[in-house]
Amino acid sequence: MNAAELPILSIMLAVPMLGAIACLFVRDEMARVLALGATLLNLVLGIWLWASYDPAGAQWQFVESAQLFGPIGWKLGIDGISLLLIMLSVFLMPICIGASWRSITERVGLYMASFLLMETLMIGVFAAQDLLLFYIMFEAGLIPMYLIIGIWGGKDRIYASYKFFLYTLLGSVFMLLAMLWMIQQAGTADIPTLLNHDFPAEAQTILWLAFFASFAVKMPMWPVHTWLPDAHVQAPTAGSVILAGVLLKMGGYGFLRFSLPMFPEASAQFIWLIFGLSMVAVVYTSLVALVQDDMKKLIAYSSVAHMAIVTVGLFTFNQQGIEGAIIVMLSHGLVSGALFLCVGVIYDRLHTREISRYGGLSINMPKYALFFMLFTMASVGLPGTSGFVGEFLSLAGAYKVSTWATLIATTGIILGAGYMLYLYRRIAFGEQVNADAAAMPDLDKRELWLLAPIAAAVLWMGVYPESFLAPIRRDVATIVDRIERAAPAGDSKLKENDKTTAKYRVHAHGGEHQNKAEGAAH
Amino acid sequence: MDLSTSLTLVRPELILSFSSLALLLIAAWRQDAGRLVSILSVAALVGAGVTSAQFLAAGTDATAFDGLYRADAFSSFAKILIYIAAAVALVIAPKALEKMGAMRAEYPVLVVLAAVGMGIMVSASDLLTLYIGLELNSLAAYVLASFARNDGRSAEAGLKYFVLGALASGILLFGMSLLYGFTGSTSFETIGQAMAGEIGTGLLFGLVFVLSGLAFKISAAPFHMWTPDVYEGAPTPVTAFFASAPKVAATALLIRVTIEAFGSQAQAWQQIVMVVALMSIVIGAVGAIGQQNLKRLLAYSSINNIGFLLIGLAAGTEQGISAMLVYLAIYVAMTLGGFICLMQLKGRDGEMKEGMADIAGLSKTQPLLAAAFAVFMFSLAGIPPLFGFWGKLVVFNAAIEAGMFPLAVIGIAASVIGAFYYLKVVKTMYFDEPADAVDASDDKVLSWSGGALALAVSPLGYLAIPALTAVTAQAAGALF
Repeated sequence: MNAAELPILSIMLAVPMLGAIACLFVRDEMARVLALGATLLNLVLGIWLWASYDPAGAQWQFVESAQLFGPIGWKLGIDGISLLLIMLSVFLMPICIGASWRSITERVGLYMASFLLMETLMIGVFAAQDLLLFYIMFEAGLIPMYLIIGIWGGKDRIYASYKFFLYTLLGSVFMLLAMLWMIQQAGTADIPTLLNHDFPAEAQTILWLAFFASFAVKMPMWPVHTWLPDAHVQAPTAGSVILAGVLLKMGGYGFLRFSLPMFPEASAQFIWLIFGLSMVAVVYTSLVALVQDDMKKLIAYSSVAHMAIVTVGLFTFNQQGIEGAIIVMLSHGLVSGALFLCVGVIYDRLHTREISRYGGLSINMPKYALFFMLFTMASVGLPGTSGFVGEFLSLAGAYKVSTWATLIATTGIILGAGYMLYLYRRIAFGEQVNADAAAMPDLDKRELWLLAPIAAAVLWMGVYPESFLAPIRRDVATIVDRIERAAPAGDSKLKENDKTTAKYRVHAHGGEHQNKAEGAAH
Repeated sequence: MDLSTSLTLVRPELILSFSSLALLLIAAWRQDAGRLVSILSVAALVGAGVTSAQFLAAGTDATAFDGLYRADAFSSFAKILIYIAAAVALVIAPKALEKMGAMRAEYPVLVVLAAVGMGIMVSASDLLTLYIGLELNSLAAYVLASFARNDGRSAEAGLKYFVLGALASGILLFGMSLLYGFTGSTSFETIGQAMAGEIGTGLLFGLVFVLSGLAFKISAAPFHMWTPDVYEGAPTPVTAFFASAPKVAATALLIRVTIEAFGSQAQAWQQIVMVVALMSIVIGAVGAIGQQNLKRLLAYSSINNIGFLLIGLAAGTEQGISAMLVYLAIYVAMTLGGFICLMQLKGRDGEMKEGMADIAGLSKTQPLLAAAFAVFMFSLAGIPPLFGFWGKLVVFNAAIEAGMFPLAVIGIAASVIGAFYYLKVVKTMYFDEPADAVDASDDKVLSWSGGALALAVSPLGYLAIPALTAVTAQAAGALF
């Protein structure tokens, strides 16, 4: 049966919503089961959605439209990009619930309700086809996340929760004004229509900056990234997973859905800003990550560096770069989520995130060390893991636009290898200097069930990325077509007539680039 | 126009005036009949509201008493809001006032009299009617502020309100006399005609004084100083009333004066309104940050909200006015809800609690109350998906449409400062350890009305958008 016969997106929004309301009124034990049930049901629905999605069909599928709220249209619909990000959300949610199964003992109902509400809002962000609906979903996520960080967070949770809320809010309000102006200018809030609306070039600049304010904070880009390490460090494990896994992707999704196709001229005009900030971010945050003593902080800074690769990839204006950026987003969602889970596993045992309190865990926790190794390698971008595919594609795309930016962004991979391997060495290898750390038991069944699916997905994406590239290829091509007219001239020139390089080039037909790139990934 | 037509048009005021006189007689003989009089007053307000709704549905648009009084969609909409707010203020009051020993039968009568005054205010189409309505409302309000006569704070609030209110009335009267002197009329319509074209300094002075006097009544900065003190001192049910119905009336009055009387001189008052709006937003937001008393905090919040409302007026367009009316409707629900939550904070000895420290950890001891309060706070801050967001959105939309980008940008950036103190309330309730200062409230009326209002400003409220948009558009259309 095809999922399109039902209002599948509304159902996927409703399931966690109803679960959230129910969780508020039941006992702790029941709330856990209920939350897990609702998220698993949504995962099943998500898989069905993916199976029913036709990569060759209409650009927008599973479209729903209702006029319930006056000017705010209840318009839903997804393309391949949305599909994969929705999949990422529904895939990570049951894992988040599982990760909080034992570590959360206070106000469990409220906790589970917040997470389920987050799930609804995340799916809503990726499925919204109305500008105002998108904004509502985008902003509403602040409330549950504020509660998650503030109630169940660490020692400095209150500072972190305020910072998270106010930073993101300040970024977003300007986007709201820009949206209102766009709706008046274009006479519609329908996103597919707006995607083909040409705004005057001088207005684009302002609009682009307004959207940039919001997405740069969400992404987060240097120098507005400072809320992220605080929020990550203080949030409970599952909160960090969802924050790094999905919430950061909303920034990239926003650039891709709004900034690029709606304001192509302005995007081209500000390429220097994006590349400049990204280059600084890659180098600076990687160096900062090198000197962290706190595991979560280290991974948080590494997230900023990875997200900088995403922004570089997105603003390459070519198929490879954008596809790569999307794959980095998906891969980072899985890998950083998994790394936070790995931190959570040992944090639950020793209640400290200080790196020097651990050491030699590969002796007493071999299974844990194996998983941790896999995710470390994926984060570094080892071929065969998801990290490699995305980073390679986006850097290959970036090379066509700016060789210098590519050079500096690529150092991020080297530095990434530096801080991740250094972290791994200090935790898993070496002498077992701390007796209590040496006595920790290995992964139990529950933790194994949390990490194994992510490991499988990471390897799948690394070995056969075509499964993830196929749904987005056409949609990225649509965006590239749209923005091509503004594409900047690159500084890397192919020597078309040079005999020495001719034999390396694959000639011809559409889609040559990704074939070449994917070939490298296999 | 004959008298009988005029009398038909003032039906809501007639109902309320006669019922208040009758109820006053009951009150004179039966001092302990507070509850009975309250119920009858609510019935009178409902009756007046129904009449106004009939006017609204019939599209009535006429003047009475030779142009002194106007019954149009705008006044009918404002009256419905006022009567609802006044009725809610009556419904929630008895138990709380009884605890203070202040539930006397005059309370509902005064509220009804204030409602009569407010009805006249929003229907005024002449400076004289305006003043009569304003003073009727204000005099009732002064007494209400000092209604808990055994409480020093309440008496102080009443006195302060009276002295400053009298000053504002003086300023207003002075402005009105200037307007009359330079235009030769007290009718809004004639003033509007006389102001077309060049205006002299005298008229400009008149305009500024009238606007200042009205800015005091809506407690917009820089005429806001009385608000925190009066809100803190007055008994909480009375404060809830002050923050809702009179705000609607004074704002509607301000709208009518600026559009009908000063409409031809938009650029003269637009700057004033803009500055007042931004000052209110900023002062309301910054002033609230340090407050430890929740009633004072809500007072600053009302100043802050008036600032957002005035952005719609600054736009000066029909859409701006309709946005203001939407905002007003949502604001009334939010602010009444906030005060209802506050009234349920009952200390161990039955006394009312209103300190920030008293609500620490409330979400653990009384989860539903804390959730409702959090909903109102997030909604006042304008965070989606709560309904308060819609109010802010339409107001800013009007400003954008009128091309007032700097105003919109500064206003919305300042709204982030405002979000901070609303977050602080939520933080205190949810993140802090329980202070255990508050007992479960036994007032079922408060729990039910608070719950209903919380549902109204929850995302469910969005379902009301189509109806609200249509009604406010009709109301705003009556002015242009």
